[in-house]
Amino acid sequence: MSELFYDAAPNATRVAPERPVPRHYPAKPTEVILFGTCVVDLFFPEAGLDAIRLLEREGIRVHFPANQSCCGQPAWTSGYVAEAKAVARAQLEVLDAGLPVVVPSGSCAGMFRQHYRELFAGDAGMLEKVERLSEQTFELAEFLVHVCQVNWQDLGSPTRVALHTSCSARREMNTHLHARELLGKLSNVERVEHDHESECCGFGGTFSVRMPEISGAMVKDKTQSLMASGADEMVTADGGCLLNINGSLDKQGEVFRGRHLASFLWERVSGAAKEEVA
Amino acid sequence: MSQRIPVTELTGDFRQRAKEALGDDQLRTNFRNAMDSLMTKRADAFPDEEEREGLRELGNRIKARALSRLPDLLEQLETRLTENGVHVHWAETVEEANRIVHGIIERRQGRRVVKGKSMVSEEMEMNDYLAGRGIESLESDMGEYIVQLDNEKPSHIIMPAIHKNRRQVSRLFHDHLGEPETDDVNELIRIGRRALRRKFMEADVGVSGVNFAIAETGTLLLVENEGNGRMSTTAPPVHIAVTGIEKVVQNLRDVVPLLSLLTRSALGQPITTYVNLISGPRKPEELDGPEEVHLVLLDNGRTGAFADAQMRQTLNCIRCGACMNHCPVYTRVGGHTYGEVYPGPIGKIITPHMVGLHKVPDHPSASSLCGACGEVCPVKIPIPELLQRLRQENVKSPEEEPGVKDGGAKYSRSERLIWRLWQQLNSRPGIYRLFLWGATRFRKLTPKKAGPWTDNHTAPVPARRSLHDLAKDHLARQGGQ
Repeated sequence: MSELFYDAAPNATRVAPERPVPRHYPAKPTEVILFGTCVVDLFFPEAGLDAIRLLEREGIRVHFPANQSCCGQPAWTSGYVAEAKAVARAQLEVLDAGLPVVVPSGSCAGMFRQHYRELFAGDAGMLEKVERLSEQTFELAEFLVHVCQVNWQDLGSPTRVALHTSCSARREMNTHLHARELLGKLSNVERVEHDHESECCGFGGTFSVRMPEISGAMVKDKTQSLMASGADEMVTADGGCLLNINGSLDKQGEVFRGRHLASFLWERVSGAAKEEVA
Repeated sequence: MSQRIPVTELTGDFRQRAKEALGDDQLRTNFRNAMDSLMTKRADAFPDEEEREGLRELGNRIKARALSRLPDLLEQLETRLTENGVHVHWAETVEEANRIVHGIIERRQGRRVVKGKSMVSEEMEMNDYLAGRGIESLESDMGEYIVQLDNEKPSHIIMPAIHKNRRQVSRLFHDHLGEPETDDVNELIRIGRRALRRKFMEADVGVSGVNFAIAETGTLLLVENEGNGRMSTTAPPVHIAVTGIEKVVQNLRDVVPLLSLLTRSALGQPITTYVNLISGPRKPEELDGPEEVHLVLLDNGRTGAFADAQMRQTLNCIRCGACMNHCPVYTRVGGHTYGEVYPGPIGKIITPHMVGLHKVPDHPSASSLCGACGEVCPVKIPIPELLQRLRQENVKSPEEEPGVKDGGAKYSRSERLIWRLWQQLNSRPGIYRLFLWGATRFRKLTPKKAGPWTDNHTAPVPARRSLHDLAKDHLARQGGQ
């Protein structure tokens, strides 16, 4: 069918369309850096720690540079380029150590991989660093699936979970596929679909405070469909969505909750019932 | 001015209107159901992902190539159309475009205009303009007819009356046309058609839009599903087409993929019921068709977008409406909330060039940047990226060079200061760690109210210990083993 159209098009366009190049994954490294992200740092630190444990379980030594903070996304998406740049520069400083950088949040990983380029467009010196970081950045689930090629034994009891993926992460990083694959490796975990699964939860960073009415309607719909899915809990690999969804559930007085994918996975593979860290 | 058609006056700002729309359960149900159905139809129309992506890429390139030669193509279009006997008019502003249209009608002493669907004529508020000059202008597209009857504006660029359900339409026909109420959609369509049919025969002038203006052959292509477009462009003695300058493409071969993208993305149709190719007025030996054909090419800020390499991509748009069908914000607040002719994601990126950011200062922020719009755009306009650009333009200080009409509409000294502080916090590790320490240590002091966030959520309470803290301990233990 499409060939027909190429023939119908003049020479300038009669070329094969670009297809996203599948990412080439390196062999499992011995050391990595964990970039915790600011939301995990402050609100879900146990998820960050579980990410470290999952990586260590694969025989990888994890570094957590103390000088890391935020990827700069909030300012970038709000239009404050200079401020975002200053923060991005500080992260590049810390993360440019020749090691893979694993991020337990798809949207922050996407910031490193896609948007730093736009941020530093025209700055040849910085772009070199940016390209290196982009090359070295992996979202946690992606890293576990494709680089570690994990093979797990599920030690947990039977459960049903719904998966929510951050929109930018899904579109920029395919995080839904990676998370699905990981959940699929757990024999006692049934992943259930929820209505409008690929629709945004309404977080969108500063969108949630600039347009609280619309954002509120979106998260309400999201929580309703999650609860109607028949899942015991929700898992997500994005701190922002988690903050949004759990905060809304709490406000609604619901008992249903979401959990960071890293914490869920660690509980399943370590067999440890979660001890309260936070 | 007594005959002026009153158009529903908009009140409040974007947020206020959004709030009202969100409180209207009927409206929300109407949109959710309609958008769900349109998303399904589009998905079904593109069963082969590779074919879809290939076609989108091709569509993008065809439009990019046409835009790279825009001045040449427009000149060629004018030459060919003129050779074909079509009068070509150029309008920089909507005022000029209206004057041109009115002038043509006046010269023919026309009093009744019948219109096929045209978003550019909405942009011009042509109905209002003509009504103010004693000329009746009747919408003949069923959806447009419905919103015109109810003194409303379209809420969607493809389906103008999508905000109404059948019961609401039935009531409207009952109130305005004296028809008995019915739940039967086919009957409603029949009622509308009966009312319109007479008007085509009585009209002095037909007005239409254009989907593609083909430079090489001087052809105006118009798609539609109701036959009203063909009637409007052939039954009256004069046909006036109005369109934006970005609708020009090089040749008919370019149209094939674009047309397929348009109809499949819009309504999931392989092709529309009618595809009209208009190449000039009735020739002496021909029996029907208009005696005169005019094309009004409108700029209205488009050259401003054209001048900016990034924003130029907004001119790729072929007006399919897929971005609004897939937008979680549009789905919830509907088209009228935007308060402008073009709603939804595409409206947010093209409207600033037409009216300036000061008139739509909240539009760039009314997005979670989820990316659904960019994902479905048939000509691959990177809508989220352009929204982001508009956000940057929006907060520029008066000292900075504005890159878009009325840039800096949302500039606020105090907000900039907040982001400066945020920058200090996140680019100085010592300060950041001190902040973490304070926020976790004094977590019990976290306020229960946190601005608009706590309208929808409980206040987020920091963890007892930060990841910085936990990781340090954990890794020290690991290292010691």
